Amino acid sequence: MDDFVLGGHRFTSRLVVGTGKYKDFPTMQAALEASGAQMVTVAVRRLDLTAKGEASLLHWIPKDMVLLPNTAGCYTADDAVRTCRLARELQLGGENPLVKLEVLSDQKTLLPDVEETLKAARQLVSEGFRVLPYTSDDPVAARKLEEIGCAAVMPLGAPIGSGLGLRNPYSLQMILDQAKVPVIVDAGVGTASDCALCMELGVSGLLVNTAISGAKDPVAMARAMKLATEAGRLAYLSGRIPRKLYGSASSPLAGVIAAK
Amino acid sequence: MRATMNGEPIELPDGLTVAAMLQHLGVRAERVAVERNGMVVKKARHAEEKLAQDDVLEIVTFVGGG
Repeated sequence: MDDFVLGGHRFTSRLVVGTGKYKDFPTMQAALEASGAQMVTVAVRRLDLTAKGEASLLHWIPKDMVLLPNTAGCYTADDAVRTCRLARELQLGGENPLVKLEVLSDQKTLLPDVEETLKAARQLVSEGFRVLPYTSDDPVAARKLEEIGCAAVMPLGAPIGSGLGLRNPYSLQMILDQAKVPVIVDAGVGTASDCALCMELGVSGLLVNTAISGAKDPVAMARAMKLATEAGRLAYLSGRIPRKLYGSASSPLAGVIAAK
Repeated sequence: MRATMNGEPIELPDGLTVAAMLQHLGVRAERVAVERNGMVVKKARHAEEKLAQDDVLEIVTFVGGG
């Protein structure tokens, strides 16, 4: 079996999906199911005290899915650490909870602030969290996060929600070459072929939100992402042929009836 | 008693515990996490921990996100 082991969990699916920006909860639920994901991200936000009795997000997430709380929207290490502690409390203080650490630099690019991310990661690892950090596609940053003790590294393919796909496959290959923890591409996926391309390069998993929730048909796109992730993984494991500049016949050269 | 709740000023009855505050606000404790002056108040301590004047409180929950 080609299972994906991450932070004490064993998954058969390598696609992690977000729960943000769906038009309604029933669509989100159908998309989560169609994606085949076994882990979903959630955000931590102030409770709207004026909207009592509002439908709970968790009610719409299938019970067997592992929750991965994120620190989205945090711009400092301190805020990210506080958010993770609150997320642990929201999950009733489970042992070594998984968190997606995301510390952003600015609202326009949404690029990671690597300095603050490293600072938060150090603190969270020391508190027993299993930290999955969103980071730039910089191999040095990825190596430092791994050295700190993060359970995975999650380089971006492109800015969050941009749908630009994998902009720097060579950086990703360097990260993959050195990493001893799972590498998950987080952010940038636009369509199914982006999933396949990342998986073919050998990443352990993918995290996708906007490309599914923002598609015209999120449920169908979720299934497309699932199939592409599986296809890409299978192609990676199968070992692709080397690229060559010139043609190489696939039928026998001898016995051709052509007169000559 | 004056406090700050989720970034806004709020007036609360004096001497509330965290559990009593949640009840006062009509919030179900199992769906939220509470932070008081930058520190998480664990659910096991909700019934004991008393609020004080000028507390900075946060009540959070899970929402959709990526």
